[in-house]
Amino acid sequence: MTGLTLQRGLVIAITLALLLFVFELVRRKHLSERYAILWLLAAATLFVLAAWKGLLTSLSHDVGISYPPSALFAIAIALIVIILMYFSLVVSRLSDQNKILAQHLGLLQQRIEESEVGSVRPASGDAQSANPSAEPEPERAEPVATEELSSRR
Amino acid sequence: MRRNLAIVPAFDEADAVAQTVAAIHQWAHEFDVLVVDDGSTDATAERAKQAGAAVLRMPFNLGIGGAMQAGYMYALEHGYEVAVQVDGDGQHDPRHIGDLLEALRADPELNMVTGSRFLSSSGHGFQSSAARRAGIRIFSTVVSAITGQRVTDPTSGFRMTNRAGIELFARDYPHDYPEVEAILLMHAHRLRSCEIHVVMRPRLTGASAISSTQSVYYMVKVLLAVFVGLFRRSPATETRDRATVAVRAAE
Repeated sequence: MTGLTLQRGLVIAITLALLLFVFELVRRKHLSERYAILWLLAAATLFVLAAWKGLLTSLSHDVGISYPPSALFAIAIALIVIILMYFSLVVSRLSDQNKILAQHLGLLQQRIEESEVGSVRPASGDAQSANPSAEPEPERAEPVATEELSSRR
Repeated sequence: MRRNLAIVPAFDEADAVAQTVAAIHQWAHEFDVLVVDDGSTDATAERAKQAGAAVLRMPFNLGIGGAMQAGYMYALEHGYEVAVQVDGDGQHDPRHIGDLLEALRADPELNMVTGSRFLSSSGHGFQSSAARRAGIRIFSTVVSAITGQRVTDPTSGFRMTNRAGIELFARDYPHDYPEVEAILLMHAHRLRSCEIHVVMRPRLTGASAISSTQSVYYMVKVLLAVFVGLFRRSPATETRDRATVAVRAAE
C-alpha cells in the first residue's frame, strides 16, 4: 500500500459510510437482510478496491485500463446494474403477487356480499348509497362498506 | 343458475355500465352478467348492482388484463361453461352475443370466438381512427403469421370462450393490453379460435384504454411480448384436459 491520496481517502470514506449506513438500516429493521446483502457486498467490494491500492492497479492493468480509478467506476456501475436488475425482478414479482391478492380479495368480497344477501339483509337507508344524479364525479368515492348493497334486487 | 357468463370490465363507467348490463339482459337471456369494477372512483359498482349484475370490486385499478382475469377466475369458480367479454363502455353490442354463442356451439372443436370489426368488407360501423387501424394491421399480420390462420382484428376484446378457455385465462392472462397476447396464448395451448363479423359502436363514455401517447408503448409492449413468446417453448401453464367441466357443479 502506497500513499493515501485525497481521492482514495474519499472513496474509502464513502464506501465505509455506505457500509455503516446499510448496517444501521438493518439494525433498525428498516432494511431486510435479504436486500442488505447485495448492498453490503457492493460496498465491501468497493471498499477493498479503494483501500488495497495494488489490487486495483494490477486489475486495471490486466484488463488494459490505464487509469485505475475508471476501473473502480466500471466495477461500481456493474454492481449497481446487478442491484437494479435484482430490484426489477423483485418489483415484477411483487406486482404480480399484488395483482393476485387484489383479484382474490375481490372474489372473496363478492362471495361474502352474496351470502349476506342470502341470509341477513343489512340495514338500508345509508345516505351514501343515495346518488341520484349521473354527473361524472372525479372526486374520490367513499370507501364502500361490504354491507352497502341494500339496493340489490 | 345459467351456464353462461358475460364479463363486463368497467373502470369509471358509471354512466354507461347500467345500460350495458340492461342490454345484455335484454339481448342475451341465457347469460348471467358479472361487472368487474376495476378500482373505479365513481358509482360504477353501485349502478351495476342496481342493474342486476353481480359485481367484482377490485381494491385498486389492476388494468384490463388483471380485471378480466378476475372475471375468468369467477367464471371458473362458479362453474360457467361459456364466458364472453363485453366492454362496459358500450362499444360491444350485446346483440352479437348470440352470434358469438352460435359460432362457438357450431363447432365443438372451437374454444374461442372473437368479434371482428374488419372481417366483412362492407365496412359499416365504428372502425376507429386510421392510425389505430394501421397498428391493428401490423398486429394482424404478425398474429396471422404466428397462428397460421387469418386474424383480422387481434385487438378486439369482444370474445367468447368455452370452459377450456376459461380455465386457461383464469390461470394465465396477459397483464395489460391483453387482447393480442390472449390469441397467441390460446394458440400456444393448442386451443382453437376463430372470428366472426360484428359491428362495433363508438364508446359511450370514458376514453380508450389507449391514449395516443400510450399507443407507442402499446405497440412496443405487445410486440415485445409476442416476440418473447416465440421463444417460450412450452406454455407457462398446462391446460389440456377438456373434460374437467363439472368440477364445481355444487356451486
